[in-house]
This record gives sequence, C-alpha cells and structure tokens, in this order.
Amino acid sequence: MTTMENDNRPSPEAMLRLAKAEEAEAGRGRLKLFLGYAPGVGKTYTMLEVARQHKRDGRDVVAAYVESHGRYETDALLEGLEVIAKTLIDYQGVKLPELNIDAVLARKPQVALVDELAHTNVPGSRHEKRWQDIEEILAAGIDVYTTVNIQHFESLNDVVAQITGVTVRETVPDRLLDLAAEIRLVDIPPEDLLQRLREGKVYIPEQIARATENFFRDGNLIALRELSLRRAAERVDVEMLSYMETRAIPGPWPVAERLLVCVSGSPFGEKLIRTTRRLANTLKAQWFAVYIETPGSGKYLQENRERVWRDLRLAESLGAQVATLTATSVAGAAVDYAVRHNVTRIVVGKPDRSRWRNFLRPPLVDEIIGLSGPIDVHVVSIAHKQGIKTARAMARQRPFPWTGYVESFFLVAGASLACKLLQPFLAQTNMIMIYLLAVVAASIRLEQRPALLSALLGVLAFDFFFVPPFLSFAVADTEYLITFLALFTVGIVISTLMAKVRERAEAVRTREVQTDSLYCLSRDLAAAARMEEVLAAVIRNSTETMNARTVVLLPEGEHLEIKDASQGLTLDMKECAVADWAFRNRQAAGHGTETLNSASLLYLPLRISGDVLGTLGVSLANETGYRDSQTRRLLEAFATQTAMAMERIQLSRQAEQANILKARENLERALLNSISHDLRSPLVSIAGALSALRDTAQQRNDQARRELLDTAWEEAGRLNRFVTNLLDMTRLEAGELLLKKEACDVQDLVGCALAALDQRLEKRRVDVSLPAGLPLVTMDLVLMTQVLVNLLDNALKYAPPQHPIEISAHTDEKSLIIEVADHGPGIPDHDLKRIFDKFYRIPVPEGAGGTGLGLSICKGIVEAHGGTIRADNRGGGGIRITMRLPLPEETGR
Amino acid sequence: MQDNKLPRLLIVDDELPIQRFLHTALDTGEFSLHRAETGHAALAATVSVRPDLILLDLGLPDMDGVKVIERVREWSQVPIIVLSVRDREDDKVKALDAGADDYLTKPFGVGELLARIRVALRRSLQQTPEPVYIIDELEIDLARRRLLVRGEEVQLTPTEYDLLRLLVIHAGKVLTHRQILKQIWGAGYLDQPHILRVNISNLRHKIEKDSSRPRYILTEAGVGYRLKAEY
Repeated sequence: MTTMENDNRPSPEAMLRLAKAEEAEAGRGRLKLFLGYAPGVGKTYTMLEVARQHKRDGRDVVAAYVESHGRYETDALLEGLEVIAKTLIDYQGVKLPELNIDAVLARKPQVALVDELAHTNVPGSRHEKRWQDIEEILAAGIDVYTTVNIQHFESLNDVVAQITGVTVRETVPDRLLDLAAEIRLVDIPPEDLLQRLREGKVYIPEQIARATENFFRDGNLIALRELSLRRAAERVDVEMLSYMETRAIPGPWPVAERLLVCVSGSPFGEKLIRTTRRLANTLKAQWFAVYIETPGSGKYLQENRERVWRDLRLAESLGAQVATLTATSVAGAAVDYAVRHNVTRIVVGKPDRSRWRNFLRPPLVDEIIGLSGPIDVHVVSIAHKQGIKTARAMARQRPFPWTGYVESFFLVAGASLACKLLQPFLAQTNMIMIYLLAVVAASIRLEQRPALLSALLGVLAFDFFFVPPFLSFAVADTEYLITFLALFTVGIVISTLMAKVRERAEAVRTREVQTDSLYCLSRDLAAAARMEEVLAAVIRNSTETMNARTVVLLPEGEHLEIKDASQGLTLDMKECAVADWAFRNRQAAGHGTETLNSASLLYLPLRISGDVLGTLGVSLANETGYRDSQTRRLLEAFATQTAMAMERIQLSRQAEQANILKARENLERALLNSISHDLRSPLVSIAGALSALRDTAQQRNDQARRELLDTAWEEAGRLNRFVTNLLDMTRLEAGELLLKKEACDVQDLVGCALAALDQRLEKRRVDVSLPAGLPLVTMDLVLMTQVLVNLLDNALKYAPPQHPIEISAHTDEKSLIIEVADHGPGIPDHDLKRIFDKFYRIPVPEGAGGTGLGLSICKGIVEAHGGTIRADNRGGGGIRITMRLPLPEETGR
Repeated sequence: MQDNKLPRLLIVDDELPIQRFLHTALDTGEFSLHRAETGHAALAATVSVRPDLILLDLGLPDMDGVKVIERVREWSQVPIIVLSVRDREDDKVKALDAGADDYLTKPFGVGELLARIRVALRRSLQQTPEPVYIIDELEIDLARRRLLVRGEEVQLTPTEYDLLRLLVIHAGKVLTHRQILKQIWGAGYLDQPHILRVNISNLRHKIEKDSSRPRYILTEAGVGYRLKAEY
C-alpha cells in the first residue's frame, strides 16, 4: 500500500481480486437479496413488484417459488407472471410443496424468483437448505431474486437470540450476503409493522404464534431494524472501498488484519467462531479456524470429534480458512500457525475455571499470551453453563466398563490372598510391594478409572487385613497414613501415565495407519499403467485400509457409468443421480453431507486442477466414519490421489494417441508420395511413348519405334506390379487375406516364381539349390509365389547383373527355411529391420527405387502363414532374406 | 465376317476400351470377330453366330461368367478362354471346372493371347487323335506307351504315365487339380492333392532338365497344371 500512495495506480492485488470476481461472475447468475428485519415488512411484495417491472422491460422472469400466504395483494402481483409448479415431497404421509429445481433448470429463465432464502427443505429433498438450491440455480447461469430476514444470517444468529430471546434455527451462511450482486433493503417503521400485524396482514404460522408474541415487541423490532440497516450500510461501505481501491483513490486503508481462532470441540466453539467472524467482518480481515489435535486430547476425542467437525464446517461456511494440526502443545501449535500465516490477532475464549485448577494447569490463554509475542490476543467471554451440562451428559452416555472394575477388584483380592499366604515369610513393607504390583498390573491392563479404583482398594485392603488392628479400617499407628498416601499416589501417577501413553500410542497408530494407507495407495497408483488398474487399486486399498466399499463412476458420453466397484456393491437409479450431482456440481454429496443426504453412499468428486474426472462413491462400515474428520480427510486424500493417477493416465493416453496419429500421418504422406510417384512415372513413360508413336511415327525408323514400344510395355508391367502390390497391401491391412492353404512342393513354388519373372530373368543367372526330398509344405502357393517374386524383383533391381541370385531351401525340426540372397550393395545395419516397414525405401538413385511396399507385403504374407522373415547382410556384400515357414507336425521330420 | 471360312471368335467383355483393344489386336485377318457386352447377349450370340471360340470376361454386369460357361456347355463344346484378373483364383478354378478350356490373367500380351487361341482352335478342330506327340525334346507314343526324352527312353510308373498322357492329350490346356485327380485316381481322391504334387514332382525329375525351371509341365499357381504345347 505504501507504493500506492506515491503513484495513483490500483494495487495489483485489488485488480486481481476484481478480475477474479468478474471471472466468477461470468457464467453465473446474479443474486439479488430483498433484505428485511422481520416478517411482514413486505419483502415478497417488493420482490414481485420489481419482477413485474423487469417483465415489462422484456426480461424472462418466472416465479420459481413464491409464497403469498393467501394475501390478495401478493396474489394480484403474481398474476401475469409465469409460475413454475412446485414439487410435492412426501414426508411422513403429508405431501409438502418444495421448490422444483430441475424444472427451473430445464426452463432456464433469465430470472427466477425464489422466496424465503432461509427455508429448510423437507427431508428427502435434494438439498438440506433452500440456499443450496439457489446456489445451484445461480451456478446454472440463472439470476435469482430471493427474500430473507436479517436474523437468519449465521453470524448474527446469537446476537439476535440475545436481543429477542428467540433462537432462530433456520440460518444461512453470511457469504450469501457477500455473494449477492445487489441487496435491496425492504424497510418500514416498526410502528407501521405493528399496525399491519394488528390488522392481520402479517402471516404467522399458528404453531409459532406464541413464540412470536415476544418477538414483535417494539424494542426488538427497533434493534433488528438497526441490525439490518447497519448490515446493508456495511455492504455499501465494502463496495465503496473496493471502488476506491480499484480506481486507486487514496484513502485511510485499514491495516491488513488476519485473525485466528482455535476450535477445541468445546461447547463454546460455536460462539467463539461467530464472534471471530463478526470481528473479522468489522476489520475486513481474513480469518482462520484451526483445530489442534494433541495426544492428550484423545480421551474426549470420540465425543468431541463430531463437534469439532461441525465447528470447522460452520467456520468454513462463515468464510474462514480451516485447518487441522497435530501437535503436543495447543498453544505452541496455534502461535506457530499464526506466525506462519501472518496472523495479527488470536481469538481465545475466556476460561471459567476454579482457581485451583488454574493453579494445577495454566489456562490456554496464559500459554498463548506467553508465546504470542507481537500478535494481539483477544479474549472473548463465553457463557457456558449449558455447555458443561451437555458435556457431562455426553460423558454419561458411554457404557459403563463393568469388567474393568471387576478385574481391578480381583487383582486386589488376589494380592490380599498372596499376602495372607506369605504373611509368615514377609515383612509388612514387602506386602505393600505386592499391592503395588497389583496396582501396576491394573494400570497396564485396565483403563484409568478402574486402575484408580485398584489403588484405592489396595490401600483399603492393606489397611483392613494387615495393619493392626486387623480386620478393621481403623489405624493404630498414624505412621501408616504415609504408607497409604504413598501407595495411593503411586497408583494415581502410574495409571495416569499409562493412560497418556496409551492415548499417544493410539493417536500415533491412527496416524500411522492413515499414512500407511495413503502410501500403499500412491504406490499402487504409481504402478498402475491402465485406467482399470487405477480403479482396482483404489477399490482394493479403500477396502483394506478403511473397511469401506467403494464404487468409481466415470463419464461416458452424457452420463456417469459405473466403471468398477467393490464386490456386491450396486447402485440404483437414485444413487446414480446423487453421484451425477456430485460430478456436475463438483461437490461432495450424499450420506454425511448437506446435499442429498438420504443417499446411502457418500460421493466425492474426483477433482483435479479445475476439472472433474468422475465420482468416487463410498460406503463406510460404521456410521460415525461419515462425520469423522479424519476419515473424511483420508477419503478426500484418496479421491485426490485417484484423480491425479487418472489424469496421468489420460495424459499418457493422449500422448500415445498423438504419436499414433503422427505415425499415421507420416504413413499417409508416404502413401501419397508413393502413389503419386509410382503410379505417375510409368504412366508418364507410357503416355509419352504412345504419343510419340501416334504423332510422329512416320518420321521415326523401325528401331526407334521398337524402343518406344518396349518402354511402354515394360512400364505397363511395372504399373501392373505396383497396383498388384497396392491391392495386396490393402487386403492385408483389411485382414481380408484368406489363405488357401494346400500341401505344396517347394520346387513348384520356386518354379512358379521364376516363371512369373521369366522375361526379366533371361539374362540373369539364378542359382537354385534345393535338396532332394524336401517335404511338402502347407502354404498358399499363389501368395507365397508373390513373396518370392517380390524378393527376386528386389534382387533384380538392386544387385549388379553380372552376379547370380541365389535361392536355397532346407528344413530343420520345425520349419522350412527359404533363403534368397544377392550380391548387391546390402543395407545399412540399422535399417535392416525397417526395410519391412510400409513405404520404407533405402535411399537409392532415382529410378531404381521400388514401391516400398514389396517387403512389407512379404512380411504380411509370411506372418499370415505363421512364419518369420528377416534380412541380413552377407559377409561378402549383398543381402540375404531368410524366411521360415512352420512345418506341419505330420510332415515334419 | 467377309469370309465364312475364317474361324469365328466371340468376344464377351463389358468394358469398351478392352473390347476395342481386343478387336484391334485380333483383327489380323485370321478370324471373323463378333462381340457381346453382357452374359445374355453372349448366350444369344453363341446360338446365332455359332462361334468357333469364345473369349469370355468373368466379370459381366448381368450374370456370373461361370454361369455363362455352364449354360453354353449344356449343348456346345465350343472352346472357351476365360479372361480374369489375378486375385480371383477361385473363379478361374470354377470356370475351368465348369468346362472352360483355358484362362488368361489380365493384363496380358497379345502374343500370349493369340498363342492360346491358336492352341484351342487347333485342338477343337482336330478330328482324330494322333498316336504320337512330339513336344520339343519329348516324344510320347501313346500307342506303345513309350516316352523318349532327348531320344532316350525313360521308364515311368503306370500312374506317372497316365498323368503324362492326360496332360499330353490336353496339351496347352489348363487342367485343374480336381480334373486331374478325378481322371487318374477317381472321385475318392479329390481331397488328397498331395499325391498329385508328389507325382508331378517325380515326373518332372524324369523329363525336365532343371525341375526348378520346368519347360514342359507348368504349374498354374492355385489352379492346376498345363503341358506347354508350342515350341
């Protein structure tokens, strides 16, 4: 900000924020809030008036859900507006009307009117709350006009309760206020409102009529009115500020504040969070809520988890950035987090504990203040009586561990018996040791309380049986009191330490298991090379580590389809629809969430860098898992890991496809080159020779005419060979090459090939060496002749004419081996394999080159026979092509 | 056409350029030429023209060339030479089995075509069979069951002799595997072509100079064998 004062340019942060906001707005509908301070101020009426105005201006406005409560003025305003039919949801035998989101989304108007933002939907609806419905409609690019009273906002909830004494249960997150593109304050003086109330113009449901009697009091209304006016003014303030910021209007900028609040799972967490949010709002500050898990907190962990989870979610919905940390010291971790995140103020609840407990263990506030250094610490007072009651009530709900207490009793009884038996041989001091052993055993084996009981029982038993006067609790010698105290203290200390050790071990174990399971998953995912393997790894790991059954759904065209699932897990239409919702809205849905929570599975979107690849459906073995933050975090981590692995595979597949495409393009280019060259050049020669004969035959002598004709004839032969090859290739490619196999004589094969090349072989020597007694070999004689012809053709083309071409054949146990060798220039070793590729040509002078198809056709035909073909350079120059054809069992030697 | 004594050739092909080329190539004064463009026209012309030889393209627009052969063979033994493209070995065999005398693979040279036509005509016009055939250095005396190769007598097994005799009688004509198997060994051996190959191989060793480059018994890959008639 300091640089800004020098030159009047907007700060980059401000511009970025604006850009982001605009970006977020693009494609999303705009929210318009009609804000009132009490029922009856005329929110719905105003909204409808505005809507009618828009309608007249030509905008496409529909009433998605408007409740007139039978007031005729409102009804009159509804006339002429298109109304979307409400959906009826069956709840305990009663059909209740609700907003029909799907109908709105399908209708896709420009503006949808949805009354009562704070409404809680009937169980079984898609979302728990109507504001979630509205968010979905906004996300679809439809503007929404809605009505709400000020007391429904989360952060004002407890303030309103304090003012009016009425707790409002239907709350909406404050961010909706920030989200709203426009807030229209609907305000009438309280006197007028009361007048309307008296005239019966305000609709109040009968069941809450009594509660509202207190509500509609002058004082309350004035306070609520002030709240709503202030809230609206705040909003204007924010707009003004951001306006000034983006236009670089210098002003008294507030210092960038950052607030931190710690959630502990205590019953006051909610109040603490709301207070922090209000503070943050006033300061225009960013704020954080953290939960710090310590080894010692394990004892109440189970009870607290639920509350911690709820608190964190509340904080999140109020706009906080939330985190969960594990540390040995709450204060240390909190301050450390604060320093790392440049937090300026830490908000802490004021402790309300008796002085001696403070003495035993310094309160968190003091610890934090001690460590906080430059960071301000806000101490907030919290009313808590109710809270403690519930904490106790919750503790009582746990089943009483009878067996532990019984066991501790028996341990002490055993120790007493041992002492009795050994009494003649033992000094009294050593008997204490035996009791001590029993207490130690109890501490190791049992929970803290039974262990404490064993210490107490041990003291009593020792007193009763072995301290004179015997069989009485009376103590003759007061010196024994020291013994009792020591024995008892040792018991307490040992059992407390053991309990701590156990908790710590438990916490470490849980962490270990989670880390381990994530490690296992990532290892399996890293090893997976195909999509199916990724899915199988996810399902296997989730079953092994969380005892969860999972299903993965991936988009297939328009819809999600089950790609893999744990054994026996199937989804019905409804479950699939929930999975689909999670996929489209990029949010978790189903069991344990606020959306469509009547589903039996929890659905997590598989998100990666702004893209959703699918949905992971999870069915946990026990119900608590769904709300347990650890499990949820682990599940989220699973989903993220899976999405990353899937993306990796998609990317590699895309790369592969790009390669294939490139290879195909190369091939097509080669094909075009080959066709244009090999078809055209013989045609050029033929057409040239023929035109010469046609136009100028008279001027030429016989020899010249003869030469022209020979050229045309030879070139026509070449053209024919090329077309034949091209057709063969096409048939090989199309898989239409049907072999007509019959037992053939190798000599016949060679004879046919030589006969086919008869004229061209006239001046060449061909050495054929076939041993007598070669077996008949099953093959397609026509195609194999073609192979041999192609090979001989190459030899004719590339090898110098004075050297012979050699053909030989022999057999080994399994195959017939045919070799064709020449004395040509050979082929560079690195090209030996590639010569069988389509359109591959060894670089040779123009004219000598073949089609680049011959050898690949040979390869195709030989392989169709189940044989192999390879090329080698011969020692003395030239190339040798070796073919192996399998011998049938019966004819093989 | 001018002279009724010239052998009459019926050219059946639906492609005009090929018709034109064949007409020009064969218009040497040796033959009187007639043409048909479809299978039905060909059958009608066979009746009206009474050709001495038919050149038949197998790919006709209205009916299968093999069908045409079968219909002609119902009443006439006129020699038929089939014109076909390379990749239809099956069609060739079918045509030969149906009674065609020879085939030529497109594209072909005119010299080759004329040679085939002459062989076929000679064979059909020949009335009484000759007792002695002389083909280059081979001399086969059918009356005495004797074979001389380059003037020296060569001993053949009875099967080899029968095989050679069959080829000699049909010298210049393609015999399909089926036709040979049926004639020499009987219909029960149709599915055992390897005995034919072994005997052909043995026969070649006895009469050919270089059996890898046979001069007399030629293999028509995928179709059958032919004894080369002209030298």
